[in-house]
Amino acid sequence: MSESLSASLETPATAAAPKGLFRRLLKNPLGAASLGVLTLIVLTALLAPVLAPHDPDAASANDILASPSSNFLLGADGSGHDILSRLLYASRVSLAGAALALAVAAALGVTAGLVSGYYGRWFETASTWVTNLLMALPGVVALLAVRAAVGPSLWTTMAIFGVLLSPAFYRVVYTAVSGVRNELYVDAARVSGLRDPRIISRHILIVVRAPAIILAASIGSVAIAIQSGITFLGLGDPSVPTWGGMLNDAFANMYTAPLQLTWPSLAIGLTAISLTLLSNALRDELERSSRPKRRRGRRDAGTATVRHEPVLVHEDTEDTEDAPSGEILLDVQGLTVSYDQADGSAKTVVEDVSLTVRRGEVHGLIGESGSGKTQTAFAIMRLMPPGGQVAGSILFEGADLARLSAKEMTRLRGKKIAYIPQEPMSNIDPSFSIGSQLVEPMRVQLGLSKAEARDRALRLLARVGIPDPERTFNAYPHEVSGGMAQRVLIAGAVSCDPDLLIADEPTTALDVTVQAEVLDLLRDLQSDLNMGVILVTHNFGVVADLCDRVSVMRGGRIVETGAVQSIFDDPRHSYTQSLFEAILDDSRPRGPLETDVTAAASTQGASS
Amino acid sequence: MSERLLEVDDVVVDYPVKGLRKKPFRALNGVSLDIRPGETVGLVGESGSGKTTLGRAVLGLAPVTGGAIRYNGRDISGLSRSERRKLAAEIQVVFQDPYTSLNPSLTIEQILVEPLTAQDVAKSDATRRVRELLDQVHLPSDAGGRLPREFSGGQRQRIAIARALALSPQLIVCDEPVSALDLSTQARVLRLFEEIQNRTGVAYLFVSHDLAVVRHLSHRVAVMYRGEIVEWGDGDQVTARPQHPYTQKLFLAAPVPDPAAQRRRRAERTRLLADGA
Amino acid sequence: MYRFIVRRLASGVVLIAILTTLTFFLLYLSGGDIARRIVGEGATEEAVQAKAHELGLDRSVWSQFTDWLSHAVSGDLGSSWFNGQPVSDAISSRLSVTLSLVIGATLLTAVLATVLGVVAATRGGWVDRVVQFLGVLGHAIPNFLIAIGLVSLLAVQWHWFDATGYTEFADSPSRWLSSITLPVLALVTGAVSSVAQQVRGAVIDALRQDYVRTLRSRGLSETRVIYRHVLRNAAGPALSYLGVQFVGLIGGAVIIEQIFAIPGLGQVAVGATSQGDIPLVMGLVMVTAVIVVVLNLLVDLAQGWLNPKVRHA
Repeated sequence: MSESLSASLETPATAAAPKGLFRRLLKNPLGAASLGVLTLIVLTALLAPVLAPHDPDAASANDILASPSSNFLLGADGSGHDILSRLLYASRVSLAGAALALAVAAALGVTAGLVSGYYGRWFETASTWVTNLLMALPGVVALLAVRAAVGPSLWTTMAIFGVLLSPAFYRVVYTAVSGVRNELYVDAARVSGLRDPRIISRHILIVVRAPAIILAASIGSVAIAIQSGITFLGLGDPSVPTWGGMLNDAFANMYTAPLQLTWPSLAIGLTAISLTLLSNALRDELERSSRPKRRRGRRDAGTATVRHEPVLVHEDTEDTEDAPSGEILLDVQGLTVSYDQADGSAKTVVEDVSLTVRRGEVHGLIGESGSGKTQTAFAIMRLMPPGGQVAGSILFEGADLARLSAKEMTRLRGKKIAYIPQEPMSNIDPSFSIGSQLVEPMRVQLGLSKAEARDRALRLLARVGIPDPERTFNAYPHEVSGGMAQRVLIAGAVSCDPDLLIADEPTTALDVTVQAEVLDLLRDLQSDLNMGVILVTHNFGVVADLCDRVSVMRGGRIVETGAVQSIFDDPRHSYTQSLFEAILDDSRPRGPLETDVTAAASTQGASS
Repeated sequence: MSERLLEVDDVVVDYPVKGLRKKPFRALNGVSLDIRPGETVGLVGESGSGKTTLGRAVLGLAPVTGGAIRYNGRDISGLSRSERRKLAAEIQVVFQDPYTSLNPSLTIEQILVEPLTAQDVAKSDATRRVRELLDQVHLPSDAGGRLPREFSGGQRQRIAIARALALSPQLIVCDEPVSALDLSTQARVLRLFEEIQNRTGVAYLFVSHDLAVVRHLSHRVAVMYRGEIVEWGDGDQVTARPQHPYTQKLFLAAPVPDPAAQRRRRAERTRLLADGA
Repeated sequence: MYRFIVRRLASGVVLIAILTTLTFFLLYLSGGDIARRIVGEGATEEAVQAKAHELGLDRSVWSQFTDWLSHAVSGDLGSSWFNGQPVSDAISSRLSVTLSLVIGATLLTAVLATVLGVVAATRGGWVDRVVQFLGVLGHAIPNFLIAIGLVSLLAVQWHWFDATGYTEFADSPSRWLSSITLPVLALVTGAVSSVAQQVRGAVIDALRQDYVRTLRSRGLSETRVIYRHVLRNAAGPALSYLGVQFVGLIGGAVIIEQIFAIPGLGQVAVGATSQGDIPLVMGLVMVTAVIVVVLNLLVDLAQGWLNPKVRHA
């Protein structure tokens, strides 16, 4: 069933993927086994006239409930039919019935899903309504009503059951298509002048194909189950042998011939399980192959390894007089962060990083994506994604954070070391009010009463420049703007008077005017609370604005470190120099278009 | 100099809002500008200012409810899909996100051939053109057989540029084409944009939130705020001596990568805000 | 929130109206020679005519429909064609049995699936693998097969439970429990395994969100992060799925009741269907639709309570 579906959906542009998929499916043990069982079942059904030892409808009163023998390999049923022969013929009916339901469901659901997902408008509204209507009744109840109306016709019943199943396809296809409808590559195809049918066949069907095939296998299993269920209830056509009908007969004779229940049960169970396992194997294989290595924004992802070389250190001189000279708050030595890989190896993303932060000092970590700057920040808080390992030492107030237990670390977080994330909106729990998320850590870490914590939260909100603290306190995350949300996160970070603040690109997601305000706020809070700060950023403007010291990272290592003024005046590492050269701020404006360029353009533009 | 490639004349864009009797959202409110052949017009503004909508309106991807967009003197704002298709050879696009603007399941060659075959270019000519295009954007000629995920962000953006160039358009709408890229990659891609313009004389409508990028590349600059253009003129004029208070605020808000200069800019900004308040 | 409820309620009423209209015309237009079936094959033409007239079958379908509708609105769903019992009586006496079966199964499913899903998502390891494996099996094996397996082994072979029949709770609580254990077990197996899968997926999704890291950075313990924040966010998708399962369980109950000879709606439904007792089938469709609409409303309300975005929409 699934093969024919995949063939019909296949487009020439993507022939490569599904061919490989079928081969991979055969290598997957579950996939191969279920495919094998299904092939066997389909074959026996097709070859029933050849394989069956008896006429499935031949019954003799002498053989009623006969035990298995050489004549009746599986015995005879309550009317004296040979069970094996009937089982083989029943396979044909049961499979064909399920296939009919599946085909109807797929044809209706996929078409409607494609049209309403791609074009939307009134068709989308109408389809959603019909879907809700079809799903307002349990399938079995709806089928009973249909049976009452049309009588015991298996094919009509299964075709109508297909209609009832079609919402499953509709939803899957609709979700996939409406998700891809606004993808930029579809827009690009429109701008390229592609016609709709071509856009659908090239860009839309691809995303539909995988989920539709997976669903088809799974729906096939449902169709087998319901079809057997209906016939088991005795509502099928009694003249046609079906698995459910045989089960009904065996169930009636449960006390005298219990073994007879086994055969139809086995047929139904094996088919349904194989289809489900096939669907799972398909999903596993598709997920394994098509997991896009999409890197979002400037999050540090993979890291290129760079050859070992000494860190260029700018020694402090008298010129850097205004650098803070408080006690050393954080002393990181030889920090290495690695992740366990599926194949047992470890992938190193931060290697041999050493840095110090004094009280009242802002230490910038700057680098491009994949340089390891965010990983370094996470490692200091011990908040790496699962599988992360830390080596080296992270001395903070006399304790080595690299060696603290999870419990001891939890006690430090928020109270001693706080964190400001990059994306404001995704970093607030959408299910809780802003106020309750501010109050909760203060109650846990500072042991404040509810009223005290609320009071303090309101004062914090006012402190970070929120115009109406009371209203924001009661608001939910989706009700505030990104700039406001970032102020709330900053309020949360400083709520327990931390000594060290770790800010991971705190202004990257913000508009430039909001960024300026947030930078001002961070500067004020930092000097008010005399915190040490690690500021992760990719923006030299932000470093110039806020930092006392900066370390330039590349490939998981620090290549150059020193006082900000010193690095900006005299970048020594070739990589730092290349970064400075890429800065456009001090480049000259391009100036108005010169006329001779215009003349050249009108002649060249068309011919090139 | 009077020749105009594109004229945006008092354009209004309303997006319908879900729900009965809800007032539509006005994304553009009477916006006018023009682009000459071979010119780069920078469009700068913050999120929600309407700069991306203007780009999409020019591409025919946003509903124009008022005003006109004239290309070589002809109004293209209300064209049917089939008439619009003919414009594909004239106006092209490079989008912001190099990870979603290329279909992940097509090879580079399939992506680059697509606009050509849509204009009924013969298959063999199209394949030859693909090699030229890859060369133009400095990618190896064997890149055609690979999938987008095998390329870095900067390389993917080069592929997107190659796709835009495939039909030798007169105008390319660039929607934040370098803002998802790292600093050094960004510089290289911008250099490519400039190089292509100098060679082919294509005009750019260059949309960006980054003032430094816009100033670097644009002959003329328009500043957008809440669906309107608040300032519009020669690039050196607008970016060095902004007249409108919003433009001034915007320019002072961007931190300069130089501690001493940034201290001065910060002081200036504080003064401006104090005066304004 | 108030407007949200009214809107959902209104769309539910419209849904029921459309559904019953469709069902009515489907049933009455294709009913065939019903009067003859009722009075029997051997009856005279006059007797058939008289029966048809008595049931109003000789009138136009439209007038039959308006007639049925005007009665249905006031709660009168007509009478059975075969034994004359009022449809509402036939249904109400059986409704509680089926509902207790289905609601019991749903509650049990919710509890077991949540525990299994959360443990699988947060602990990983062998628990995770077992839950995933059971999820596949539970989805694949039809619940009537499980029921038959339970009956033939636990009741017929080993006599641990009554094979069939149903005892009212009021009559004997222990007998009631014994009579309901196997049916509920048969219904729950499939539902638990697939809901647990959903819970597992929803919890894993929620654990991947950025705010989880931020909550940890504030010094909240792992238990607090998971049971207060992650679970709350995972509850929405899991609840929607549980709602779908409930509808599925009503369908499952029809077959399960047949196997265990439980006098619920399922038995009425199967009987009415095979006889062609149209008023009774009509009533059953309507009652089921009302149950589903009420259920969806409850799910929507719970979603609104869980998710502030829904509440403020």
